[in-house]
Amino acid sequence: MQSITSLISGILFAIGLSISGMTDPAKVTGFLDVTGAWDPSLAWVMIGAIAVFASAFWGFKKSRPVLAPAFNPPKSGMKVDGRLIAGSAIFGVGWGLSGICPGPAVVNAASGNAVYLLFALAMAVTLVVGRRVTHGQAGHASDGRVEDAKLA
Amino acid sequence: MDVSALIGGMMIGLSAAMLWVFNGRITGISGMIASLGDDQPPKRLPFLVGLIATGWVISLVSATPEPATGGWIMALLSGTLVGFGTFLANGCTSGHAVCGISRLSVRSITSTVIFMLVAGITVYFKGL
Repeated sequence: MQSITSLISGILFAIGLSISGMTDPAKVTGFLDVTGAWDPSLAWVMIGAIAVFASAFWGFKKSRPVLAPAFNPPKSGMKVDGRLIAGSAIFGVGWGLSGICPGPAVVNAASGNAVYLLFALAMAVTLVVGRRVTHGQAGHASDGRVEDAKLA
Repeated sequence: MDVSALIGGMMIGLSAAMLWVFNGRITGISGMIASLGDDQPPKRLPFLVGLIATGWVISLVSATPEPATGGWIMALLSGTLVGFGTFLANGCTSGHAVCGISRLSVRSITSTVIFMLVAGITVYFKGL
Protein backbone atom coordinates (compact mmCIF):
# COMPACT_ATOMS: atom_id res chain seq x y z
CA MET A 1 0.00 0.00 0.00
CA GLN A 2 2.83 2.41 0.83
CA SER A 3 4.16 1.90 -2.69
CA ILE A 4 0.86 3.08 -4.16
CA THR A 5 0.64 6.24 -2.04
CA SER A 6 4.30 6.90 -2.82
CA LEU A 7 3.66 6.51 -6.56
CA ILE A 8 0.61 8.82 -6.49
CA SER A 9 2.60 11.33 -4.46
CA GLY A 10 5.36 11.29 -7.10
CA ILE A 11 2.84 11.84 -9.89
CA LEU A 12 1.24 14.78 -8.05
CA PHE A 13 4.67 16.24 -7.34
CA ALA A 14 5.68 16.22 -11.01
CA ILE A 15 2.40 17.83 -12.11
CA GLY A 16 2.72 20.45 -9.37
CA LEU A 17 6.30 21.31 -10.38
CA SER A 18 5.29 21.64 -14.01
CA ILE A 19 2.14 23.76 -13.42
CA SER A 20 3.95 26.02 -10.96
CA GLY A 21 6.77 26.95 -13.33
CA MET A 22 9.51 25.38 -11.20
CA THR A 23 10.65 23.25 -14.17
CA ASP A 24 11.32 26.37 -16.30
CA PRO A 25 14.91 27.64 -15.76
CA ALA A 26 14.03 31.06 -17.23
CA LYS A 27 11.22 31.48 -14.71
CA VAL A 28 13.36 30.27 -11.80
CA THR A 29 16.30 32.53 -12.61
CA GLY A 30 13.78 35.39 -13.06
CA PHE A 31 12.65 34.73 -9.49
CA LEU A 32 16.22 34.63 -8.22
CA ASP A 33 17.19 37.79 -10.13
CA VAL A 34 16.17 40.15 -7.32
CA THR A 35 18.41 43.01 -8.49
CA GLY A 36 17.33 42.73 -12.14
CA ALA A 37 13.96 42.11 -13.80
CA TRP A 38 12.60 40.36 -10.71
CA ASP A 39 9.64 38.02 -11.27
CA PRO A 40 8.27 37.33 -7.77
CA SER A 41 5.57 34.89 -8.94
CA LEU A 42 7.40 31.75 -7.79
CA ALA A 43 7.01 32.93 -4.20
CA TRP A 44 3.43 31.67 -4.58
CA VAL A 45 4.76 28.15 -5.11
CA MET A 46 6.39 28.24 -1.69
CA ILE A 47 3.34 29.84 -0.09
CA GLY A 48 0.98 27.23 -1.55
CA ALA A 49 3.21 24.25 -0.81
CA ILE A 50 4.01 25.30 2.76
CA ALA A 51 0.37 26.18 3.53
CA VAL A 52 -0.82 22.70 2.51
CA PHE A 53 2.07 20.67 3.97
CA ALA A 54 2.22 22.62 7.24
CA SER A 55 -1.53 22.03 7.74
CA ALA A 56 -1.06 18.30 7.29
CA PHE A 57 2.09 18.18 9.43
CA TRP A 58 0.72 20.11 12.41
CA GLY A 59 -2.83 18.78 11.99
CA PHE A 60 -1.66 15.17 12.33
CA LYS A 61 0.93 15.95 14.99
CA LYS A 62 -0.81 13.89 17.65
CA SER A 63 -1.78 10.89 15.53
CA ARG A 64 0.16 8.28 13.54
CA PRO A 65 0.50 7.69 9.80
CA VAL A 66 -2.33 5.80 8.09
CA LEU A 67 -0.03 3.10 6.66
CA ALA A 68 3.05 3.19 8.92
CA PRO A 69 3.61 2.53 12.63
CA ALA A 70 5.09 5.97 13.34
CA PHE A 71 6.04 9.27 11.77
CA ASN A 72 9.63 9.35 10.67
CA PRO A 73 10.95 12.91 10.82
CA PRO A 74 14.58 13.61 9.81
CA LYS A 75 17.14 12.48 12.35
CA SER A 76 19.50 15.41 11.80
CA GLY A 77 17.93 17.35 14.67
CA MET A 78 18.41 21.09 14.94
CA LYS A 79 22.19 21.41 14.77
CA VAL A 80 23.38 23.95 12.22
CA ASP A 81 26.93 22.98 11.23
CA GLY A 82 29.55 23.89 8.66
CA ARG A 83 28.51 21.00 6.47
CA LEU A 84 24.92 22.28 6.23
CA ILE A 85 26.09 25.83 5.50
CA ALA A 86 28.69 24.81 2.88
CA GLY A 87 26.29 22.37 1.21
CA SER A 88 23.50 24.93 1.03
CA ALA A 89 25.87 27.49 -0.51
CA ILE A 90 27.18 25.00 -3.10
CA PHE A 91 23.62 24.00 -3.96
CA GLY A 92 22.78 27.71 -4.32
CA VAL A 93 25.57 28.19 -6.89
CA GLY A 94 24.36 25.20 -8.93
CA TRP A 95 20.72 26.27 -8.72
CA GLY A 96 21.59 29.84 -9.71
CA LEU A 97 23.68 28.69 -12.70
CA SER A 98 21.06 26.26 -14.01
CA GLY A 99 17.69 27.36 -12.62
CA ILE A 100 17.12 23.68 -11.86
CA CYS A 101 16.80 21.97 -8.48
CA PRO A 102 16.60 18.17 -7.99
CA GLY A 103 12.84 17.62 -8.56
CA PRO A 104 12.64 19.59 -11.83
CA ALA A 105 15.93 17.97 -12.94
CA VAL A 106 14.26 14.54 -12.83
CA VAL A 107 11.02 15.75 -14.44
CA ASN A 108 12.81 17.56 -17.29
CA ALA A 109 15.31 14.74 -17.87
CA ALA A 110 12.35 12.38 -18.39
CA SER A 111 11.60 14.30 -21.59
CA GLY A 112 14.80 12.85 -23.05
CA ASN A 113 16.36 16.29 -23.55
CA ALA A 114 20.14 15.70 -23.61
CA VAL A 115 21.11 18.77 -21.56
CA TYR A 116 18.68 17.90 -18.75
CA LEU A 117 19.72 14.24 -18.90
CA LEU A 118 23.35 15.23 -18.44
CA PHE A 119 22.46 17.56 -15.57
CA ALA A 120 20.33 14.91 -13.83
CA LEU A 121 22.95 12.21 -14.35
CA ALA A 122 25.75 14.38 -12.91
CA MET A 123 23.51 15.27 -9.96
CA ALA A 124 22.36 11.70 -9.30
CA VAL A 125 25.87 10.20 -9.55
CA THR A 126 27.22 12.83 -7.13
CA LEU A 127 24.40 12.16 -4.65
CA VAL A 128 24.74 8.38 -4.83
CA VAL A 129 28.54 8.39 -4.61
CA GLY A 130 28.39 10.85 -1.73
CA ARG A 131 25.95 8.64 0.13
CA ARG A 132 27.98 5.49 -0.48
CA VAL A 133 31.31 7.03 0.51
CA THR A 134 29.92 8.31 3.82
CA HIS A 135 27.68 5.29 4.38
CA GLY A 136 27.45 4.31 8.01
CA GLN A 137 29.33 7.35 9.28
CA ALA A 138 28.07 8.89 12.48
CA GLY A 139 26.14 12.08 12.14
CA HIS A 140 25.09 11.34 8.62
CA ALA A 141 21.35 11.40 8.52
CA SER A 142 19.29 13.18 5.94
CA ASP A 143 16.68 15.86 6.46
CA GLY A 144 14.83 14.51 3.48
CA ARG A 145 15.21 10.86 4.31
CA VAL A 146 14.54 8.54 7.15
CA GLU A 147 16.35 5.41 8.22
CA ASP A 148 14.58 2.34 6.97
CA ALA A 149 16.13 0.42 9.85
CA LYS A 150 14.02 2.40 12.27
CA LEU A 151 10.87 0.99 10.76
CA ALA A 152 12.12 -2.54 10.31
CA MET B 1 -1.00 36.80 -7.68
CA ASP B 2 0.22 34.05 -10.00
CA VAL B 3 -2.61 31.50 -9.92
CA SER B 4 -0.74 28.69 -11.70
CA ALA B 5 2.23 29.10 -9.33
CA LEU B 6 -0.12 28.96 -6.33
CA ILE B 7 -2.06 25.92 -7.62
CA GLY B 8 1.16 24.12 -8.60
CA GLY B 9 2.60 24.91 -5.19
CA MET B 10 -0.48 23.55 -3.46
CA MET B 11 -0.17 20.34 -5.47
CA ILE B 12 3.46 20.03 -4.35
CA GLY B 13 2.24 20.56 -0.79
CA LEU B 14 -0.51 17.97 -1.26
CA SER B 15 2.02 15.46 -2.60
CA ALA B 16 4.25 15.99 0.44
CA ALA B 17 1.22 15.91 2.77
CA MET B 18 0.17 12.57 1.31
CA LEU B 19 3.58 10.99 1.80
CA TRP B 20 3.62 12.27 5.39
CA VAL B 21 0.06 11.39 6.40
CA PHE B 22 0.02 7.93 4.78
CA ASN B 23 3.66 6.79 4.89
CA GLY B 24 5.01 9.04 7.65
CA ARG B 25 7.85 10.24 5.45
CA ILE B 26 9.30 13.59 4.47
CA THR B 27 9.36 14.35 0.75
CA GLY B 28 12.98 15.06 -0.10
CA ILE B 29 13.96 14.55 -3.71
CA SER B 30 17.73 14.74 -3.28
CA GLY B 31 17.56 12.25 -0.40
CA MET B 32 15.42 9.86 -2.44
CA ILE B 33 17.93 9.97 -5.31
CA ALA B 34 20.85 9.47 -2.90
CA SER B 35 19.06 6.45 -1.40
CA LEU B 36 19.35 4.69 -4.78
CA GLY B 37 22.91 3.96 -3.63
CA ASP B 38 21.84 2.22 -0.43
CA ASP B 39 22.39 -1.50 -0.05
CA GLN B 40 18.75 -2.34 0.56
CA PRO B 41 16.30 -1.37 -2.19
CA PRO B 42 14.98 2.12 -1.43
CA LYS B 43 11.44 2.12 -0.13
CA ARG B 44 10.42 5.22 -1.98
CA LEU B 45 11.43 4.10 -5.44
CA PRO B 46 7.73 4.30 -6.48
CA PHE B 47 7.82 8.07 -5.88
CA LEU B 48 10.73 8.46 -8.30
CA VAL B 49 9.00 6.18 -10.81
CA GLY B 50 5.90 8.42 -10.60
CA LEU B 51 8.05 11.53 -10.98
CA ILE B 52 9.87 10.20 -14.06
CA ALA B 53 6.80 8.67 -15.74
CA THR B 54 4.81 11.86 -15.24
CA GLY B 55 7.73 13.96 -16.50
CA TRP B 56 7.74 11.86 -19.65
CA VAL B 57 3.96 12.25 -20.15
CA ILE B 58 4.25 16.02 -19.59
CA SER B 59 6.92 16.18 -22.31
CA LEU B 60 4.43 14.60 -24.73
CA VAL B 61 1.72 17.16 -24.11
CA SER B 62 3.77 20.33 -23.61
CA ALA B 63 7.11 21.74 -24.75
CA THR B 64 10.05 21.07 -22.42
CA PRO B 65 11.35 24.42 -21.07
CA GLU B 66 14.56 25.69 -22.64
CA PRO B 67 17.65 24.81 -20.52
CA ALA B 68 19.80 27.65 -19.14
CA THR B 69 22.67 28.91 -21.30
CA GLY B 70 26.07 27.25 -21.17
CA GLY B 71 25.41 23.96 -22.94
CA TRP B 72 26.88 20.61 -21.93
CA ILE B 73 29.75 21.91 -19.78
CA MET B 74 27.39 24.09 -17.75
CA ALA B 75 24.91 21.21 -17.35
CA LEU B 76 27.66 18.92 -16.09
CA LEU B 77 29.08 21.57 -13.74
CA SER B 78 25.78 22.80 -12.32
CA GLY B 79 24.37 19.26 -11.99
CA THR B 80 27.43 18.22 -10.01
CA LEU B 81 27.19 21.32 -7.79
CA VAL B 82 23.48 20.68 -7.11
CA GLY B 83 24.21 17.03 -6.33
CA PHE B 84 27.19 17.72 -4.06
CA GLY B 85 25.54 20.67 -2.32
CA THR B 86 22.28 18.85 -1.55
CA PHE B 87 24.27 15.79 -0.45
CA LEU B 88 26.21 17.89 2.09
CA ALA B 89 23.15 19.85 3.18
CA ASN B 90 21.05 16.66 3.41
CA GLY B 91 18.22 18.24 1.48
CA CYS B 92 17.08 20.56 -1.26
CA THR B 93 14.10 22.72 -2.18
CA SER B 94 11.60 20.00 -1.24
CA GLY B 95 13.08 18.57 1.96
CA HIS B 96 14.38 21.87 3.37
CA ALA B 97 12.34 24.69 1.81
CA VAL B 98 8.88 23.07 1.67
CA CYS B 99 8.86 20.38 4.39
CA GLY B 100 11.55 21.82 6.67
CA ILE B 101 10.14 25.34 6.86
CA SER B 102 6.67 23.86 7.49
CA ARG B 103 8.12 21.84 10.39
CA LEU B 104 9.88 25.01 11.66
CA SER B 105 13.23 23.19 11.50
CA VAL B 106 16.08 25.58 12.28
CA ARG B 107 18.42 23.57 10.02
CA SER B 108 16.02 23.79 7.09
CA ILE B 109 15.26 27.48 7.55
CA THR B 110 19.02 28.20 7.70
CA SER B 111 19.67 26.07 4.62
CA THR B 112 16.86 27.70 2.61
CA VAL B 113 17.99 31.25 3.45
CA ILE B 114 21.56 30.38 2.40
CA PHE B 115 20.78 28.59 -0.87
CA MET B 116 18.25 31.24 -1.96
CA LEU B 117 20.71 34.03 -1.15
CA VAL B 118 23.64 32.33 -2.89
CA ALA B 119 21.47 31.41 -5.89
CA GLY B 120 20.39 35.06 -6.18
CA ILE B 121 24.01 36.25 -6.05
CA THR B 122 24.97 33.61 -8.65
CA VAL B 123 22.23 34.77 -11.02
CA TYR B 124 23.43 38.36 -10.54
CA PHE B 125 27.03 37.48 -11.48
CA LYS B 126 26.01 35.20 -14.34
CA GLY B 127 23.98 38.06 -15.78
CA LEU B 128 26.90 40.52 -15.78
